[in-house]
Amino acid sequence: MHITALPIVVPMIAAALLVSVRKWTPRLALDSSAISVGVASVTMCALILARTAHDGPFAYWLGGWQPKHMVSIGISLSIDPVGAGLATFAALLVTAALLYSWRYFDSIDGLFHALMLIFLAAMVGFSLTGDLFDLAVFFELMSATAYSLTAYKIEERGPIQGAINFAITNSVGAYGIFTGIGLLYARTGALNMAQIGAALDRHGTDPLVLVAMALLFIGFLTKAAAVPVHFWLADAHAVAPTPVCVLFSGVMVELGIYAVARLYWTIFAGPLHAHTEELRAILIAFGTMTAIWGGVMCYSQRHIKRLLAFSTISHVGMFLCGIGLLSADGLSGTATYIVGHGLTKAALFMLAGVLLHRFQNIDEFDLHGRGREIPWTGALFALGGILLSAVPVVTLFFGKSLLDGASLAAGYPWLPAVFVFSSMFTGGAVLRVAGRVFCGWGASKRPLDEEQAHQAREEEPEEQASRGRTPLLMLLVPASLLAAAIVIGVIPGAVPGIEVAAAHLRDHHGYIGWVLRGHVHFPPAETTHIAGYDYLYGAGAAVGAVALAALTLFGQPLLRRTPELLVRRAGIAIMAFRRLHSGHIGDYIAWWTAGAALLGGSSLIFLR
Amino acid sequence: MSFLPFAVAAWLFLVGLYGIVASQNLIRTIISLTIVQASTYVLLLSIGYRTGGQAPIFADIPATSNAVDPVVQVLMLTDVVVEATITALLLALAIQAHKRFGSLDPHELRALTD
Repeated sequence: MHITALPIVVPMIAAALLVSVRKWTPRLALDSSAISVGVASVTMCALILARTAHDGPFAYWLGGWQPKHMVSIGISLSIDPVGAGLATFAALLVTAALLYSWRYFDSIDGLFHALMLIFLAAMVGFSLTGDLFDLAVFFELMSATAYSLTAYKIEERGPIQGAINFAITNSVGAYGIFTGIGLLYARTGALNMAQIGAALDRHGTDPLVLVAMALLFIGFLTKAAAVPVHFWLADAHAVAPTPVCVLFSGVMVELGIYAVARLYWTIFAGPLHAHTEELRAILIAFGTMTAIWGGVMCYSQRHIKRLLAFSTISHVGMFLCGIGLLSADGLSGTATYIVGHGLTKAALFMLAGVLLHRFQNIDEFDLHGRGREIPWTGALFALGGILLSAVPVVTLFFGKSLLDGASLAAGYPWLPAVFVFSSMFTGGAVLRVAGRVFCGWGASKRPLDEEQAHQAREEEPEEQASRGRTPLLMLLVPASLLAAAIVIGVIPGAVPGIEVAAAHLRDHHGYIGWVLRGHVHFPPAETTHIAGYDYLYGAGAAVGAVALAALTLFGQPLLRRTPELLVRRAGIAIMAFRRLHSGHIGDYIAWWTAGAALLGGSSLIFLR
Repeated sequence: MSFLPFAVAAWLFLVGLYGIVASQNLIRTIISLTIVQASTYVLLLSIGYRTGGQAPIFADIPATSNAVDPVVQVLMLTDVVVEATITALLLALAIQAHKRFGSLDPHELRALTD
């Protein structure tokens, strides 16, 4: 008996069962069975991860349709440590979110649990599959459940609009992916990623392959929310139920980045080998744009969930730069960073959920000082902000140090400054909120943005009961996630383990070998040591975040002395950026088209 | 093999995008989205087309005969299933939007401006 396909199958069957019995099943049974399926999935994924770590990556051919003479007709799960690790991580976060929602929702029926389990199955399938078309199908399954979960509170205006924007933008991205798959199939006659890679190694690139690559990348970057195809993310995060936001920011968005990395190294790394420099420049340009745009937007929000959403966009920019460096340290740094970021951001959303649960409001200014009655939540929230700024020596810090080293090695010495900017603004924004809400520091009113403040007040609360106290479980779950985010990086062997996993993902010829021939190859993995300047950058970003938050909260006298013209100009510039996020789906698709044209055009010009 | 089906696919993709961008009505937006998806049907089917090819049902014809590619047809079928799901979901959301905003004009959906 092979358990490889079970973490995909078991949650799906469980979801179907839950839907059919939900009318007669008490709440406790629904929650406990969904959580146990989650725990079972974590266990199975962890077993698979252990096997890849021990015996190397392996391909599992569904129905026993093995490839013959390097030609595959069957469908494979091609599992390497990065894929198995992501699957485990996704299962873990789903379980945490289910545990959190146990006490978070007052009345909820089995549909929510079923959707969460299907979402889990889709994410695990997405991480494990070795077939390009299956990747797209799991992408769609993941998306469809995500749209439904966003619109879970179907009678409210915000969730309806958020789900529409999310669904249309991501569907357009998915159709880009389908088109790209069609073009690659036309060129290579294959759907298995290893076989496509092998065929393109022989064939080389041509404009058709480049267009296919651009369409696939922009499609997956839509899910990853890179600028300028990121607009859906803030809308969806602002309105989705909090446990769902945990998954969106914690792992779903990162899966888009994973897909880009997977496609590059399995399919395009061979034929595009001569153009590594140019592709690196293109991806880093997109990444830098995303990191800065997200950071600025994040700092200018007052709706706390929207603020966290833009913080995710800024970090996606860092991930994209990290992948885009196309190097060993860039990839392992991104992987490490994704683990730390996912845990931290999940915890922050859960803590924002505590505010929403208690006050039915998520506006930073409305909540001024009201958080004093829940000091523990405040302490954890501030801790999350510090972690987000990648202070030494938490998990995020190790990821960022690898990224810093990789940037210098690839000839992008200014890139660490972008990372510091992103850490400073996203960490600073969270600290600012913590200071204002939980300590009552700073101004309690901002005349601007009443519209956004209005959106932050709930139309219909997610929970109806007395909000006098916050269930302990709702603090325990984020506290353990934050503890994990601190500890994982310093566990001996954790970061080197990620470096070994990344070496497997980067091994283009090795991948083709173990999928199609069953020859496992262990690529050499170097362990990087942290340089002195990394501590300097890390500490600098953390100090910068604290200083930025303090300046905003207490710096009014200082701000009055700066020339008024300067302040007003900066205000106008930021407002112009913010106005682009209009909530209008037509605008978002216009930006999507521009992004696709930009990526496709630059690929056709520079990668030929 | 004619160039025309590929041109049609590209045209459908772009005209669908234009439809979403310019739409004044959510139903029209959703129909435009299905047009974008229709472009993938045309593309996939034309990739599998063989001049003079038969239906790939090898129970009736010799295994060596000229047949169109069944793989892309299967992909297209999956694509149709996806479309049915997404369109149904979006239409349900459009009904709710009409109920809550009193309008189907995307300009009137103002719950999420930044």
